[in-house]
Amino acid sequence: MNDLTPLGGGCRTAPVLKQRGQREVFCGLTGIIWLHRKMQDAFFLVVGSRTCAHLLQSAAGVMIFAEPRFGTAILEEQDLAGMKDAHTELDREVARLLARRPDIRQLFLVGSCPSEVIKIDLARAAERLTQIHAPHVRVLNYSGSGIETTFTEGEDACLASMVPVLKDTTARELLLVGALPDVVEDQMLALLGAIGIDNIRLLPARRIDDTTAVGPNTVFALTQPFLGETHAALMRRGARHIAAPFPFGEDGTTRWLQAIATEFGVSAEVFAAATDAPRDRARRAIAQASEHLAGKSVFFFPDSQLEIPLARFLTRECGMTAIEVGSPYIHDTLHGPDLDLLAAGPQISEGQDVDLQLDRARAARPDLTICGLGLANPLEAEGLTTKWAIELVFTPVHFYEQAGDLAGLFSRPMRRKSLLRLEAAE
Amino acid sequence: MKLTVWTYEGPPHVGAMRVATAMQGLHYVLHAPQGDTYADLLFTMIERRNHRPPVTYTTFQARDLGSDTATLFKTACQDAVDRFKPQAIIVGASCTAELIQDDPAGLSETMGLTIPVIPLELPSYSRKENFGADETFYQIVRALAQPQDRTARITCNILGPTALGFRNRDDVEEITGLLSDLGIDVNVTAPLNATPADIARLPAAHFNVLLYPETGEAAARWLEKTHGQPFTKVVPIGVGATRDFIAEIAAITGLACAADESRLRLPWWTSSVDSTYLTGKRVFLFGDGSHVCAMARMARDEMGFEVVGIGCYNREQARPVRAMAKSLGLEALITDDYLDVEAAIAAASPEMIMGTQMERHIGKRLGIPCAVISAPVHVQDYSARYSPVMGFEGANVIFDTLIHPLVMGLEEHLLTMFRDDFEFNDAAGPSHHGGAAPTAAVGASGGSTAEKAIVEPALVEVATITADTDNVVWLSDAERELKKIPFFVRGKARRNTEAFAAQKGIQHISIETLYEAKAHYAR
Repeated sequence: MNDLTPLGGGCRTAPVLKQRGQREVFCGLTGIIWLHRKMQDAFFLVVGSRTCAHLLQSAAGVMIFAEPRFGTAILEEQDLAGMKDAHTELDREVARLLARRPDIRQLFLVGSCPSEVIKIDLARAAERLTQIHAPHVRVLNYSGSGIETTFTEGEDACLASMVPVLKDTTARELLLVGALPDVVEDQMLALLGAIGIDNIRLLPARRIDDTTAVGPNTVFALTQPFLGETHAALMRRGARHIAAPFPFGEDGTTRWLQAIATEFGVSAEVFAAATDAPRDRARRAIAQASEHLAGKSVFFFPDSQLEIPLARFLTRECGMTAIEVGSPYIHDTLHGPDLDLLAAGPQISEGQDVDLQLDRARAARPDLTICGLGLANPLEAEGLTTKWAIELVFTPVHFYEQAGDLAGLFSRPMRRKSLLRLEAAE
Repeated sequence: MKLTVWTYEGPPHVGAMRVATAMQGLHYVLHAPQGDTYADLLFTMIERRNHRPPVTYTTFQARDLGSDTATLFKTACQDAVDRFKPQAIIVGASCTAELIQDDPAGLSETMGLTIPVIPLELPSYSRKENFGADETFYQIVRALAQPQDRTARITCNILGPTALGFRNRDDVEEITGLLSDLGIDVNVTAPLNATPADIARLPAAHFNVLLYPETGEAAARWLEKTHGQPFTKVVPIGVGATRDFIAEIAAITGLACAADESRLRLPWWTSSVDSTYLTGKRVFLFGDGSHVCAMARMARDEMGFEVVGIGCYNREQARPVRAMAKSLGLEALITDDYLDVEAAIAAASPEMIMGTQMERHIGKRLGIPCAVISAPVHVQDYSARYSPVMGFEGANVIFDTLIHPLVMGLEEHLLTMFRDDFEFNDAAGPSHHGGAAPTAAVGASGGSTAEKAIVEPALVEVATITADTDNVVWLSDAERELKKIPFFVRGKARRNTEAFAAQKGIQHISIETLYEAKAHYAR
């Protein structure tokens, strides 16, 4: 494969602007919204306040009316008074819940800011409830609180909580980590099958019965860039990480597949035979969809940790220039390969002081700003074109067949701006 | 602890945000963990505001816990004042900050700010959004209103409209116009679009119009007690209530009030023959107390509906809702648990629901049409077009809103006449739905498509339960006859027949029983 490492030497060693201040981000509870769709026999029970329930409702939008497999045990005044009571209360609510939903096989007790601050021991509660409801239901615990997790880190915390209870194995297997839409997951498995890799496990699996195992001969690849804790937990189980750029766009997907192919000794001929056609398709789709993107500048507000690989995609494959790439957290092990490929130039920033960052965005007047829903309309009203970031987490965007759709998500707001003629004709 | 999926109301600090966002020149410094900024998108997305809510969050994280968070609060507070230069600030804590016991009031007092600082105490674990809005507005008014002479002309204030209020924008415009017709100017409308300087001028008005008791009553009472301003008690939703509202203002001001009714169309529309079919339509009302009470009166007196269920989610309005329920011969349902509401609706099996977006989805599930009459509502109920619910234009708007989900009179007549016709049978559905096959039951939005597909399982369930409890069994020919009744009245027919059978001690329902019951209930 041609080495397309940028001449500027990449951004891996570029100075990172680290700011602390007001952060306009979601908390990790939001991860529940897409995780529960993926894990079909799981229920996510948040132990928190009315604010947590309100957040889930606001984030889930219409979905909340479709009998979702998540809910909030809202803390009331009596729960704050004494600790002992909280566990009895929780046991009762869980028993009621499981009686009403016998299809549930795994239950996640999800910690929130209030439950963390008053230190309700949800880990102990999970152990106790596992014993009570064994063998039908497994109860685990993780924190999705805002004080500890930002948006997609909720998925990380959830998957990391599952790693210690995964079955042991000594088989040499490939473990693919990160919740992907089913259609994307199927494409990924087909591609890997085509290059001859089929001893594959998935985390998370669609159902608890699809056992995922891990051990010293496991190698794992991440499909999402926000899985730092899960990465660490898998390393602790003796598994080895295959470092790669994330599979966005034609180039990203190819490099991600190539890293795995190299690990498993797949020949160049087999690799080319499996990937040439979809690569070509992806390139053509991107070229068509990124028509409005070439030569335009982009500014990323921090949101999901997808920013760095997406900036790499937009700059290398769609011809955009990055002004600032903000990420809530940057892990060298995970984001390094993408930073290597990102041409030097943009300001890389970690964390946020939102008012200062808004000042920078206003001064730079980027052609496209990637930001959250709290900022999008206000920035549009100031004349900036925005793409709201949360959609990038819900929509199928990974791998070859979605590469054109991914570019389309960014070009649509720009195309719309050029289509609307709202001023007077003169 | 209480297991919840839907919440009718957010936490009280969201109520405070609704007041802060409604106002101008006011800033809210909220001690809250990272993540609580989610509430911004309610304003920027659902209400489509073109600016960020004037709220600065301290967004503390786990590593800040300890003495650090107090410093964080003071820094955030100072930064907000320096950057936004507000006329006044309100300070408070969200649910998590309430637990860590930094004292925003005390902390901000020691900062020596030169603008008014209004501390808020909002108990997150016992109260909710509407209380937060009411209390915040009250504290702002109490802190800022100055004693002063009345205006020379008769003026009033409009109290209660907020950000994220159901149709508040257009209600204010409609009522301002109505007052203008009566020769009364508006002194200040608050909190919506008011500045702290405007709040200081509130006592110059001769009286107050309390549009939304949920969010303005505490302030109205305080202004009455402290500044001697009477406030209106009638919420002007519906023709009768609007006329009563005008009479109330006439009594307060001594003016001979005459309103312009030239554009009021509801009375003729509801009297016209095509509306005859609305008579006795059974409706279930649920929402916030004020809208429910006002709309119940409209439903009964101006639409000719039969109200078969009524309730509210905000316990602050339980008393008036109970009184209204009693006058309708009903027991009020006061709950914030949507499962209770769903059960009550299923039991009453109304022909239409007047409710919130939650009831719209309950209606979709049960196959019952629904009109939205109260918050919480979603983005489609913050319309671009002018659509008040108050005053005379509001009455026109509600008439349209209420009849659209119903099968119109002529169409209903045709469906009954030609029920065996291939185009007018049950499965075809109402013609304005295009006669599409009723399979795509759960659309992303709107309407009550596919009534049959949804209604049938619900009916089967009801029948089974009835058979179990009362030992009433439908004979197969009666069951077949029942199927000939149009699907949208079949539920009522089934229920009436079963009630009739139970009353008469009949265990097997035959065609005979069916028609006996029909005669019995004939109106």
